[in-house]
Amino acid sequence: MVAPMRLLIIEDDPDSATYLVKAFREAGHVADHAPDGLEGYAMARDGAYDVLIVDRMLPKLDGLSLIGGLREQKIDTPVLILSALGQVDDRVKGLRAGGDDYLAKPYAFSELLARVEVLQRRKGLGAGNVTVLRIGGLELDRLSHKLTRDGKEILIQPREFRLLEYLMQHAGQVVTRTMLLENVWDYHFDPQTNVIDVHISRLRSKIDKGFQAPLLHTIRGAGYMIRDSAR
Amino acid sequence: MTALGKLFRTTAFKLSLAYLVVFAIGAGLVLGRVAWNVKGLMDDQITSTIDAEIKGLSEQYAQGGLRRLVFVIEQRIRQPGASLYLATSPAGQSIAGNVIELQAGALENPSLIETSYRRDDDRETDHQHRALARIFVLPGGFRLLVGRDLGDREALHQVMGRALFTSLAWLVLIGTLGGLFVARRVLQRVDAISASAHEIMKGDLSRRLPLSGNHDELDRLAYNLNAMLDRIDELMAGLKEVSDNIAHDLKTPLTRLRNNAEEALRAEGSPVAYREGLERVIEESDGLIRIFNALLTIARLEAGQAAGEMKPCDPADILGDVVELYEPLAEDTGAQIALSMEAGLTISANRELMGQALANLIDNALKYGLSETSRSISAGVRQVGDRVELFIADSGQGIAVADRTRVTDRFVRLEGARSRPGSGLGLSMAQAIVKLHGGDLRIEDNAPGLRVVFSLPISVPHG
Repeated sequence: MVAPMRLLIIEDDPDSATYLVKAFREAGHVADHAPDGLEGYAMARDGAYDVLIVDRMLPKLDGLSLIGGLREQKIDTPVLILSALGQVDDRVKGLRAGGDDYLAKPYAFSELLARVEVLQRRKGLGAGNVTVLRIGGLELDRLSHKLTRDGKEILIQPREFRLLEYLMQHAGQVVTRTMLLENVWDYHFDPQTNVIDVHISRLRSKIDKGFQAPLLHTIRGAGYMIRDSAR
Repeated sequence: MTALGKLFRTTAFKLSLAYLVVFAIGAGLVLGRVAWNVKGLMDDQITSTIDAEIKGLSEQYAQGGLRRLVFVIEQRIRQPGASLYLATSPAGQSIAGNVIELQAGALENPSLIETSYRRDDDRETDHQHRALARIFVLPGGFRLLVGRDLGDREALHQVMGRALFTSLAWLVLIGTLGGLFVARRVLQRVDAISASAHEIMKGDLSRRLPLSGNHDELDRLAYNLNAMLDRIDELMAGLKEVSDNIAHDLKTPLTRLRNNAEEALRAEGSPVAYREGLERVIEESDGLIRIFNALLTIARLEAGQAAGEMKPCDPADILGDVVELYEPLAEDTGAQIALSMEAGLTISANRELMGQALANLIDNALKYGLSETSRSISAGVRQVGDRVELFIADSGQGIAVADRTRVTDRFVRLEGARSRPGSGLGLSMAQAIVKLHGGDLRIEDNAPGLRVVFSLPISVPHG
């Protein structure tokens, strides 16, 4: 479903690293491991990786300095920062240092996988500046804010538009609830309730109701995915 | 340290001692000054008596010559309390008078002198008297000495000296005793306070320092220390409640986690049961992680560390976004969120944190604030004086007045809420966020229902 990626995991805790390498391999990707900041920096600089997963607290060279060093060398491999510090200000610091995404420990592997896959896609597609997004018979015109399925116009609220836009930009990829909350609502806190699920089910009733093949799928234990199941 | 040693080392005693020395010096100075003045006065009196006598005698001499002088002197000598007289020839031989011995060379100098002498009627020869005398040279080279015994002055000196000594002795005695008494009183109270402090340190935190009731500085100190102890007690009670609640609130999901794992193991090889068991285990651990994250967030907020970026924001935008996020969920549970927002206000806020605080309140309102008869929630922004008030109100059971301060504490979940999902951290976090923004969180009666108000300082937009 997603092309295999080459990943570098820079993490000093051997158990977490072994677990991650194994889990990514099972998901069909290739993962290397570096146990400290300096080795991680050398490997990231020389190897052709699709995404780097960097722990913030590392021996010899800390995660943020490592990312800063890579960015100075014009190495723009997408970086996901893993950190035990999950506060808003920590995130901001991490992203300012050159990270592309930030995930607080402890996390669900499905969340990490979804995010890494999105990062890789972002690198491949060059931010996806297409004006019309198409999945199956669904067409979202980003300029006129018009949504049609099989030529039939569907009325949509602005927030639903942004939700659908995000899902369609990452068509075929798992998008987690947290990713939606972050990217569509710009909130990084945990809403404790299934608020996102309700928004999704509303959207689903608009785009899938009355059509034969559903496009918006729930991926159990992970999140959602928009996909043309007919193909 | 001995009891007496302890007494001597008290500040009260040392102070008494210092005052004693100052008083002694003062008393000495006053008595010395008085003695000096009295001496001066007496000397003046003696001198004028002597001068008058010399004047009289020299007049007698001028009128009747040496014989007359001798006659008058002899006459005067016989009178009781007579002065001292001595008339000598130019060669220095005694002609008349009651002085038989003088300090060597006393007659040389015709002036006022102080000298030792012996009278003709002195029996004991070793006892020396002192006198103040004037030597006057009469025409013809005769010398006339008229003097007064200084016995009175000496006696007065002695009296004064004794008075000084005895009063100093009394002063020292009374001062020391007084000092000891005061020191003992102070020491007793300090000892009582120390003893209470020891008891408190040993663990009896309900004990308080004794007050004497006379509102002195020790009472004030003890009073303030007691107030401090009350505050510590309060904090300890709070901490204890938090840790008790943490223990309870973490133990419950941990127990469930363990039970789920055990149950899955007992299922003996059914992959479906294993799978379900593991899924439940993950669900429970996610719940635990959520509680930990919330606790950490609150701790950091309370320590003022998580402020992030504060920017001028329109509170209506912040509230509008959160309400928009929750609206579908509210509609699904059959509730309506009515918004009433004043536009154009500005507060300095972290949109994310303020959003979370409001989200917690709306979440609470949806979970606990709906009744069978009314399912309406209202939210709004308005300006009240120089404050911006954000409120979320529901139509549920509300919170009893007695519980309103308690409910913002960590893990506090009121009766009836414990059976429903939740961590008891939402309001604590909201309160911490509002405080971080320089505001207060108020819990009010919505009659019926609960109304939570964030009162925040209004921010004046620049330019």
